[in-house]
Amino acid sequence: MTAVASTVTIRVLLFASYAELLGSDALDLVLDNPARVRDAVERLRAFPGGDRLPAKPLCALNLTQVEPDTLLRVGDELAVLPPLSGG
Amino acid sequence: MYLTADPIELGALLAMAQSPRHGGVASFLGCVRDHQAGRAVLRLEYSAYNPMAEAECGRIVGEAESKWDCIVALKHRTGTLQIGDVAVAIVAASAHRDEAFAACRYVIEEVKRRVPIWKREVFVDGTVEWVGSGEAGKQGSGEVVGGRSQS
Repeated sequence: MTAVASTVTIRVLLFASYAELLGSDALDLVLDNPARVRDAVERLRAFPGGDRLPAKPLCALNLTQVEPDTLLRVGDELAVLPPLSGG
Repeated sequence: MYLTADPIELGALLAMAQSPRHGGVASFLGCVRDHQAGRAVLRLEYSAYNPMAEAECGRIVGEAESKWDCIVALKHRTGTLQIGDVAVAIVAASAHRDEAFAACRYVIEEVKRRVPIWKREVFVDGTVEWVGSGEAGKQGSGEVVGGRSQS
């Protein structure tokens, strides 16, 4: 039997204006297990500069767009995406 | 590869899409404009979440090709672009013009809506703003208008 891990460590990627707000484009987060996308966002919003992140930013988990209640797993890559402006 | 840091050559995209089966070939170029909301733009800086942007571009091209029986070539620039530079180029080739125009229109609209690419406007007056980010993208003293688009 494997004990359920008490924490989940994920990689967070930040882009464009959000990277500038938080002063970083990549960081690791250690969250209590179980953790959802919204928990990661809440943690980011508590960082210096993070209070200007929206409560429900566009997020992608391992390259696919996800909802705030999506569960996070160890090693996941969560990208927090500012409003898109390609073209 | 749909994203490129090098200048986009329309001729190369035409060569990718054209074939003897295709009598209608439509193209769209999105170029860097010298003004935005009445202010003079100096240059644009594009950044992207590359692996997701590549995957999303591939999905969009695949959707257009299956919807209209066409071949689509697509390139989007990253990095620093000057006024007049091509930021995005699309060529859609089909048997007839209606399908080619429709596919070309679909691809540019979906690229703008779905692909994780961001542009930062550098204005002649020295202010710098992330397009579409509202207050979160504000730097300097300029006015910020959310949700607008350059091309």
